[in-house]
Amino acid sequence: MHLDVNWAVKWLTLCAQAMAEHRVELIELDRAIGDSDHGENMDRGFQAVLAKLGESTPETPGAALKMTAMTLMSKVGGAAGPLYGTAFLRAATALGDSAEIDAAALAAALAAARDGIVARGKAESGDKTMVDAWTPAVDAARAAADGGSTNVLGVLVAAAEAAEAGAVSTDPMVARKGRASYLGERSAGHRDPGAVSSALILRAAVGAAA
Amino acid sequence: MKKLINDPKAVVQETVQGFGLAHAGLVNVSEDPIYITRKDAPVAGKVGLVSGGGSGHEPLHAGYVGRGMLDAAVPGAVFTSPTPDQILPATLAVNSGAGVVHIVKNYTGDVLNFETAAELAEAEGVSVRTVLVNDDVAVEDSLYTAGRRGVGGTVLVEKIAGAAAERGDDLDAVAAVGERVNANVRTMGVALSACTVPHAGKPSFDLAEDEIEIGIGIHGEPGRHRIAMENADSITNRLLEPVLADLKIASGDKVLLFVNGMGGTPLSELYIVYRRAVQVLADAGATVERSLVGNYITALEMQGCSISVLRLDDELTELWDAPVHTAALRWGV
Repeated sequence: MHLDVNWAVKWLTLCAQAMAEHRVELIELDRAIGDSDHGENMDRGFQAVLAKLGESTPETPGAALKMTAMTLMSKVGGAAGPLYGTAFLRAATALGDSAEIDAAALAAALAAARDGIVARGKAESGDKTMVDAWTPAVDAARAAADGGSTNVLGVLVAAAEAAEAGAVSTDPMVARKGRASYLGERSAGHRDPGAVSSALILRAAVGAAA
Repeated sequence: MKKLINDPKAVVQETVQGFGLAHAGLVNVSEDPIYITRKDAPVAGKVGLVSGGGSGHEPLHAGYVGRGMLDAAVPGAVFTSPTPDQILPATLAVNSGAGVVHIVKNYTGDVLNFETAAELAEAEGVSVRTVLVNDDVAVEDSLYTAGRRGVGGTVLVEKIAGAAAERGDDLDAVAAVGERVNANVRTMGVALSACTVPHAGKPSFDLAEDEIEIGIGIHGEPGRHRIAMENADSITNRLLEPVLADLKIASGDKVLLFVNGMGGTPLSELYIVYRRAVQVLADAGATVERSLVGNYITALEMQGCSISVLRLDDELTELWDAPVHTAALRWGV
């Protein structure tokens, strides 16, 4: 099984659904340790992606992700806009013009996305940011792909499960980057909203392939 | 939630529309993408000043667009930084060829979006310098935080750098003045109540009737710690102590004292705080040479205030006194 542009379009559509459904949850998480805008911004950004998909159909998965990157960068604002924008842009670049994505290419694209987030935001594992969802996801995806699995769905599932566990792992962390870092020790005991939205995005990728 | 709004999603757009109508003689408003420019921008030969950030801090930043201060303001969604597709056209609109200074409050989102816009502007041949404002002593500046936040000092940086640009300083000189203000100003804030972001519909944090939050920023984010309510003099002492310590205020220093309301505090209370702050500064041997009291950088309807102290020298005083004609600050004209 390979992933194609139809998967990419379905993935982005499911991302938009997930952000709309979890808008209030993300706002509440951000209200606790940030400034209450993450759910609103992600919802607005992915609704704009949906609108773009309605205007024209991308020809390759890479083109779909590049359009998403540009839209999120110009519509989301805050830190999430440039961070997710960079992630989708790096993944699009990694995929190039390929019409189909196999397990190895998928793992490489996820790694490129994570590297983009780290380069832009300068956060490390354990800083209580979306990196704490992405790094375990990339490790799990690589392990699944390196295991010789030609099953892209297996790679996606591994990444999504690891991202979800990664988001939960931010609960006890003390934030060292982003707005939650202003709270110091008081940021512990709350889940990082960016890690949660990252897990939602990777879970949507599974839904699109299933 | 009771607010004088029509639709939470239209708050920024309708605010900007009203602002444009109210101050049509001072500014032009672009609605898509949203940004506000000085009526006569670009001013020939003058360095352009652009600032921006989340909405909800009014009159910051649009209220400071005009002669002697900003050339453009770029408002984002409430408490959310603007995006490069707004910042870039605002930058290009105010560039006369002398280059543009971006005044950016130190928050992760603002820094990332302005950084991207500055790169794009440079690619279009516009020289951009960035002055990062980080005057908030409530945040430890260490490897373990995103660094100190830009708060009250931002207003002072915008006024003084704006005056430097107006008198004809070149790009590097304007940026240097802005950085000098930032290096000499410190701020600390307190909240007596939280604020409610329109689309969130609930207060940004929960504070009991008899509690106050010390070390807040301007986004309704909780501060460093929470204590029982005290009287105005005690709170003023508590806010000023780290400010004076960090600035190393010494006998003979001349300062500008800025008591800022967070949006929901009566001016009378700000003057009560100001009165005590002058006494504390006098005890430290410092003289208050200039003052600013009022709601200049707010967090929606939050109750509370911030106190900023700027160490003055003759040049900064002269630039502070220079004429300014904006919706929110106006003198000498």
